[in-house]
Amino acid sequence: MPRRKSARRQKLEQLIAYPIDWLEERSGLIGGLRYFLLRKVPGDTSWWHTLGSATLTAFIVQTVTGVVLAMYYKPDPDKAYESIRFITDDLTFGWLVRGMHRWGASVFIILMFFHMARVFLFGAYKYPRELNWIIGVLLLVLGMLEGFTGYLLPWDQTAYWATVVGINLNGTAPFLGPFLAQFLQGGAEIGNETLSRFYAMHMLLIPGGLFALIGLHLYLVIRLGVSSPPWSPEAAGEERVEAPPEGRAGLVQPGPRGGYAK
Amino acid sequence: MERSGGDQGPHLPAPSLWPVGFAVGIVCILAGLVVSWPAVAAGALITVIFGFLWVRDATTEHRRMDLHEEPAGGPAPARRSVEPIPAHKGEAAMPAPHDEAEIDRFPRNKFLEGATLGLGAAIGGIVTLPVLGFAVLPAFTDQETEEVDVGTLGDYPEGEWRIATFLEDPDAGEVSRRTAYVRNNGPLEGRPSFTVVSNRCVHLGCPVQPGGPSEEDKKKIVRGEGGTQVELTPTQPSNFGCPCHGGAYDIEGNRTAGPPVRALDRYEFSIRNGRLFLGKTYSVSEVQGEGKDARIKRYRLAGPGQHVDGLESWLYPIQPPE
Repeated sequence: MPRRKSARRQKLEQLIAYPIDWLEERSGLIGGLRYFLLRKVPGDTSWWHTLGSATLTAFIVQTVTGVVLAMYYKPDPDKAYESIRFITDDLTFGWLVRGMHRWGASVFIILMFFHMARVFLFGAYKYPRELNWIIGVLLLVLGMLEGFTGYLLPWDQTAYWATVVGINLNGTAPFLGPFLAQFLQGGAEIGNETLSRFYAMHMLLIPGGLFALIGLHLYLVIRLGVSSPPWSPEAAGEERVEAPPEGRAGLVQPGPRGGYAK
Repeated sequence: MERSGGDQGPHLPAPSLWPVGFAVGIVCILAGLVVSWPAVAAGALITVIFGFLWVRDATTEHRRMDLHEEPAGGPAPARRSVEPIPAHKGEAAMPAPHDEAEIDRFPRNKFLEGATLGLGAAIGGIVTLPVLGFAVLPAFTDQETEEVDVGTLGDYPEGEWRIATFLEDPDAGEVSRRTAYVRNNGPLEGRPSFTVVSNRCVHLGCPVQPGGPSEEDKKKIVRGEGGTQVELTPTQPSNFGCPCHGGAYDIEGNRTAGPPVRALDRYEFSIRNGRLFLGKTYSVSEVQGEGKDARIKRYRLAGPGQHVDGLESWLYPIQPPE
């Protein structure tokens, strides 16, 4: 039997609930959040299914550290290298944030591949999730482009020559390759335009695309639900039986692998 | 297991092993591009055969359905019409206005709909096109470079190589630094002749190095007419090589080994008032002969890695305007 709440406690709860109710009544956001967080997933969802959120987390780390780095970085050929040195050597925690961004970039790409491998091996790309696989591939391409454009920004010898080689690789693509290379360079040769161009792409253009596609990716994950692993005893597409099995009263015992005991 | 959805259920193709062979064919083609042409042909054959088998496999169900359903005719459509329309589609509430009369009843609606979309598209285009043009066109217009004064003829003793490095555009700074290997070949038909080789590797654009000793201590800084500063370092190369991926060239810039696809680019040069000027660069497929007797097969400047002659040059039919 629930204990009667004291008047003070009731008042306090009302106080907390008021802004939440206010927001919910006017936007429906709380209900949406509730739907998102408390939606049903297959009982045998495992650690493998966390790779997608891990990738998202890596992306958020890149966003936050990138925004902060942009406060100190100067995309000017005469100042870029010096500003990177300043961030790394002189600014408090600059080495840490730059390191997070630098290594986080690799983590992001690696996690994307792991996530992709998981989806592939679990067959989670099959009907009706084909579109989400395609969006994921586009995200992979955009992620790689982020890596390519970001690599130039320190403006040191490695960055410069790696970008020379990278752009010239693009230039050898048939038919439109020469035009693509010249567009990336911002001119007939790699020069000052290239750095500001790569900076704009790295900071604004590609992240915009990433945000949009990640939103679509998540929307489809929520709409279509999480697929159960291939070893799941529940057949794909079957409505899950929620009622307790016959001959058993009281608490429902979870069966092996998360399904209900039959 | 029976599906309740009937036609609405997913049409999964039956499992098929042919894609594996298809993939093997693709790999063969890609490997063949690097290794040998016969491998490409074999890969293409495998790809086509397995691609055909795969397509045949994947469409079996469709073809069978056509065969079985068309003669039956009657029952299949009837079953489909009985199919309940899902509630959330909401189509049952109002009949869709297919017929002509229905459309004619709302001509103004149709007009406003079209006008809104059309105007929206026009405004969008007016805003987007200049922005897109601004993003793309500046990279392709006004790309001419000026000639660079690299010193007097006296700075280039006959028969010797000099490494000349200079800023192509002093306003742009270090990023426009270019390097050329220059050799005075002595007079040809009464005029001095030079071999001026660009140091940009024609594999992927790394800086090519001279294969031989360079005398850094004898480096000389020469001032040109336009205020340019040129560093001249004597060198005795017997060939040129690229550190990035191992491209190797002979003393005239012909490819001898490694991944480059043609000979090293060269600079146009001119001589005025006893001074040497370097102009535009151009691409070279091959150089026959040596020094002043060299016969250069000259082409318009192409990016590194692009073939300028042979079958592969068809891959690059148009080059950006100079």
